[in-house]
Amino acid sequence: MNIELFLQYVVAGITYGTIYGIVAIGFNIIYNTTGIINFAQGEFVMLGGMAAVTFSRFLPLPAAILVAVLVTTAIGALIEILFIRWLHRPSVLRMIVITIGLSILIREVALHIWGESVRALPYFTGTSVTSFRLGGVYISPQVLWVVGISTVVVASLGGFFRYTLLGMQMRACAANRDAARLCGISAKNMVTFSFMLSAAIGALGGCIVSPITYVQYDSGVPLAIKGFTVAILGGLGNSLASAGAGMLLGILEAFSISLLPAAYKDAISVAILLVILFARPSGLFGSTEVTRLKEF
Amino acid sequence: MRKQGLQIAGFAAVVAAIQLMAHVTGNPYHLTQLTMSAYYSLVVLGLCILTGYAGQISIGHAGFFAIGGYLSALLTTYNLSAHGGPIVSVLAAMGILTRRPDLYGGELLTVHPWPACIFAVLTAVAIAYAIGGPVLKLKGHYLAMATLGFGIIVYRIVLGTELVGSADGIYDVPAFPLLPGIAVSGKSSLRVMNYYVAWGFVILGMVFLLNLVRSRVGRALASIHGAEDAAEAMGIPTARYKLKIFVVSAAFAAVAGVLLTHYNGGIGPSESSVMKSVRYLAIVAIGGMANLWGTLLMSLLLNYLSLRGYFGTYDDAVFGVILILIMLFAPGGLLRRDLLEEVKGVFRGNGEKAS
Repeated sequence: MNIELFLQYVVAGITYGTIYGIVAIGFNIIYNTTGIINFAQGEFVMLGGMAAVTFSRFLPLPAAILVAVLVTTAIGALIEILFIRWLHRPSVLRMIVITIGLSILIREVALHIWGESVRALPYFTGTSVTSFRLGGVYISPQVLWVVGISTVVVASLGGFFRYTLLGMQMRACAANRDAARLCGISAKNMVTFSFMLSAAIGALGGCIVSPITYVQYDSGVPLAIKGFTVAILGGLGNSLASAGAGMLLGILEAFSISLLPAAYKDAISVAILLVILFARPSGLFGSTEVTRLKEF
Repeated sequence: MRKQGLQIAGFAAVVAAIQLMAHVTGNPYHLTQLTMSAYYSLVVLGLCILTGYAGQISIGHAGFFAIGGYLSALLTTYNLSAHGGPIVSVLAAMGILTRRPDLYGGELLTVHPWPACIFAVLTAVAIAYAIGGPVLKLKGHYLAMATLGFGIIVYRIVLGTELVGSADGIYDVPAFPLLPGIAVSGKSSLRVMNYYVAWGFVILGMVFLLNLVRSRVGRALASIHGAEDAAEAMGIPTARYKLKIFVVSAAFAAVAGVLLTHYNGGIGPSESSVMKSVRYLAIVAIGGMANLWGTLLMSLLLNYLSLRGYFGTYDDAVFGVILILIMLFAPGGLLRRDLLEEVKGVFRGNGEKAS
């Protein structure tokens, strides 16, 4: 393999890795405030992408994306209020099964609205063949959009949690729910916010990658499982680490295609997930002691 | 023990009554879907013992079903006559190969269904044994994701491998001669016999599982479900019991996979899809989690309705909705074992929950 091909794989890996990182951040936001893994996280990405394609028919692209993100955010809030808010100390098994049920439901609704066809937003700048050369590597401008917007999202998310009152309230809930409630923070509202935030980020991710990866009603599940792999790889609850872990998985996956048939691509990232779960469930950057105390 | 014998006899009577009803009303083709329901019920019962009794979730049981079904289908359809070579001669000398005519008048040399079935089930058991160790160390989300991951790997491999037909799956799988005169086959002339064969398997499985639940193992499983650490402290080797039950439940799925594949005459990748695993889980949940009889009845009912196409294009959605509703409003499962007591309590006038 020459160096140019190598770099080309790296670029492809980074593109896919970014979206995995975005999904993982969605997992982390909800996990931090509730301690549950939302198995329907991939469906938010799918909904964002599909809704944006529909809205882009009668709205300019930026407006369509904005509306799609808002709609998905509203759906995220609705799901939390209808299915999760009023449960009293649900067990982990119960939450797993409920979110799995939700993911099926969202997928089936999407199937009945949009059918089985594969859709994509237009490229934000240029077309699918537009590319520029950088050090012997061809890069599509969409890759820059994906990486750029994701960087902005990660950075502003960091700022949001550190400097805004709402962000600090959410962190307080994550750190100690009862203590946060004693300080007058509505823990229930924070959970709703976390679902909205995570739905919004997922939907935005779905919009920015849809020109490259396409979206259809069932593209949520593979994204969810890879996002989860990345979340574990980075250490559950650690958003910044998941961005890095996303790149790692994306690049590993890109190179796996050069060694094995592309049909096995998904099997490989899942196999990586299993290896991490078995060998180091605290993730690459996490501490084993902390993980042992957490309840999964 | 006597109560259990009565329940089994009662169920056998129901099975026979359904067949008679189908015969009398002139709808014998309903028996085909009921036979398929029986094989799916085997998977669901195996999952019931794992998830309901031992409290270990699995969203990958369709994977074991597919391993059983696909291996048996591959071995009984793959033509060895063109290959020759020492391995084929050794297999032939062992007497596990069989010749049968193919559709075009030629002759196929394949593995006989019996050794194929045994090999398929043993492989599934070996895989369950190998992955069960590390998987069952995990709890909660991690266990769910790991089993889901296993299911996805099987699905992807099946879908991406040319040898097993990729998206088409394997077809023209021959009948499975269980005993002289009894074969698992989808021929309409053998429909009634196959109906009884399939439900016979279910009843056998049921007797095995009911006894397992009442044994030392069953009590150990219940204690693991209640509080694993406490069980461990009491001296119960929790890891060993969990692994054992995982293997048993995988074996149930694999046997069901083999039999249904020979019954249908083929298997496709959708049998290993995540949705199938979720569906099995939904049936266990609605059946009352730790309730073998409830699970069996729900499996019979829901699989039959689904296979007859009563849910139309909302087939998957129905199972999703069932899962959500059960977990929201009756997380202990719908047909709980203590439900009857509660109802009795209501009639006796004390509104307290009898649990």
